[in-house]
Amino acid sequence: MYDGGKIITGLIIFIVFMTFPIWYNHGNAGNIPKPEKPQGVTQCVKDTAYMRSSHMVLINEWRDEVIRTGNRTKVTVQGKEYDKSLMLGCMKCHINKKKFCDECHLYTSVNPYCWDCHFLPKETI
Amino acid sequence: MRILYPFIAVLALVLIALVGANLPGGQALIGVVLPYVAFLIFLGGFVAKILGWAKSPVPFRIPTTCGQEKSLSWIPQNCIDNPSTRGGVVIRMILEIFLFRSLFRNTKTEIHDGPKLVYGSSKYLWLFGLLFHYCFLTIVIRHLRLFTTPVPFFVSVTEYLDGFFQVGLPVLYQTDIIFVLAITFLFLRRVIMPQVRYISLPADYFPLFLIMGIAITGILMRYFLRADIVSIKQLTMGLVTFSPSIKEGISSVFFIHLFLVCVLLAYFPFSKLMHLGGVFLSPTRNMTNNSRMVRHENPWNDPNIKPHSYAHYEDEFREFMVEAGLPVDKGLPPSADEDPAEK
Repeated sequence: MYDGGKIITGLIIFIVFMTFPIWYNHGNAGNIPKPEKPQGVTQCVKDTAYMRSSHMVLINEWRDEVIRTGNRTKVTVQGKEYDKSLMLGCMKCHINKKKFCDECHLYTSVNPYCWDCHFLPKETI
Repeated sequence: MRILYPFIAVLALVLIALVGANLPGGQALIGVVLPYVAFLIFLGGFVAKILGWAKSPVPFRIPTTCGQEKSLSWIPQNCIDNPSTRGGVVIRMILEIFLFRSLFRNTKTEIHDGPKLVYGSSKYLWLFGLLFHYCFLTIVIRHLRLFTTPVPFFVSVTEYLDGFFQVGLPVLYQTDIIFVLAITFLFLRRVIMPQVRYISLPADYFPLFLIMGIAITGILMRYFLRADIVSIKQLTMGLVTFSPSIKEGISSVFFIHLFLVCVLLAYFPFSKLMHLGGVFLSPTRNMTNNSRMVRHENPWNDPNIKPHSYAHYEDEFREFMVEAGLPVDKGLPPSADEDPAEK
C-alpha cells in the first residue's frame, strides 16, 4: 500500500463520521413520547391518525383563517363546537404544553413557532 | 435507451418497495434487514475500494499544473495551482473539496459562422454542482434528528436555518427546493447538451434518477402525503441502537423512501458516486509539483538495471563520438594522461 498512514487515517475518520448515530446514542434509544391524554374527552376535531401526522396543517389553516381573513366561525364536529384557536381550542382539552405538545416535539426535534407570538403557558415558565 | 433503462429501473425499485411494504413481513425486511445489509455493504465496499486504490503506486508527479511552476526567485510562483510544498497542496485540496475549483474551470466550446471555434467560460455546472452537494450535506445533517436523542446542537441549528423563512407548516426547507432544482439541472444538462449526452451512460443516469426518487418521496412524505414522524423515529432509533421494532401505521411512502436510500447506499461503492472517497486520492490534485527538486523513483523498477545518465553514456562512448564528429560535453583527456594507463 502506498501512503498507507494517511489513507487509513482518512478511512478511520470516515467510519467514525458514518457511524456517528451508533456511538453517539450509546445504545440508548431514548424515552418513547407519551403525550398526556385529556381527561373526560374522547374525540378531537379529526381522527387520531390525522392529528398525529398532520395537526400542524390544520392549525396553520386556522391561523390563516382567523388572523388573515378574520373568519372566526367555530368548527362543529359531531355536535361539539371548537374554537379555531390554539389557546381556546386545542389547549382547552390538551391543557398542558409540557406533558402534551413537548413530548413528541422534543423527541423529534420540532420547534414550532406558535410560541413566537403566543405567551407560554404558566407551567413552562 | 441509456436514459430509459435507468428510469425504468428506479420505477421498478419504487414498485418493489410499495408492494413489499404492504406484504406481511415486508415492512420488517425493508425497515430492518435491508438498512443493516445496505449499510454494511456501503462501509465495507467503501473501505475495500479505497484500499484497492491505495495499492496502486503513483510513482511520478502528475499534478495538473494550472499556474506558474516554482522557478527562479524573481518569477512569482502560483503556490496553489502549481504547489511545490505540502502546504500548497493542502490548500489546493481544501479548495477542491469544498469549492470544486476544477468545475469552476469548466469551459464550453462553440462553432460560429466563419467557421470560427469559440471557447467560453461555463459556470453553471460548478454552480449547480456546488448547490447540489451542499444541499445534500444539509439534508443528511438534518436527518440526524431521526438518529440521535437528544438531538445534538448542530442538527437543530441546521434545521432552524434551513427553515428560516417559516413558510407554511411543516416549515418549508430551502434546501428541498434548491436540491430539486439543482438535480433537475444536472439531469437536463446531460440530456440537452449534445456532447455531454453523447458520453452519458446508464451509470450516469441511474444515480440521478435514484437520488431524484429519494428527494421526491422525502418531499411527499413531509409536505403532502405525511407520515407519523414519532413512529418513524422509533424505528430509526431502534436501528441505531440495535433494538429495532416497527410500529403499525407507518405510511408506505416512508418504506419507498427508505428502500431507495438503502439501494443508494448499497450501490454507492460500486459506482461513480465513489468520487466521495476518490477526490482525496486524485493524483492530479494531491501531489506537489517537485519533479525538478526531488528524484522520484518508480518502485517497480528492476534493481539490476542501473540508471544510465547522459554523463555516463558520454564517458562510455566519448571516443566514438569524437571520432564521428559528434559534440561532447567533456573533451577527450589529453594523451599525457593516457600514457600511465597504457603502461
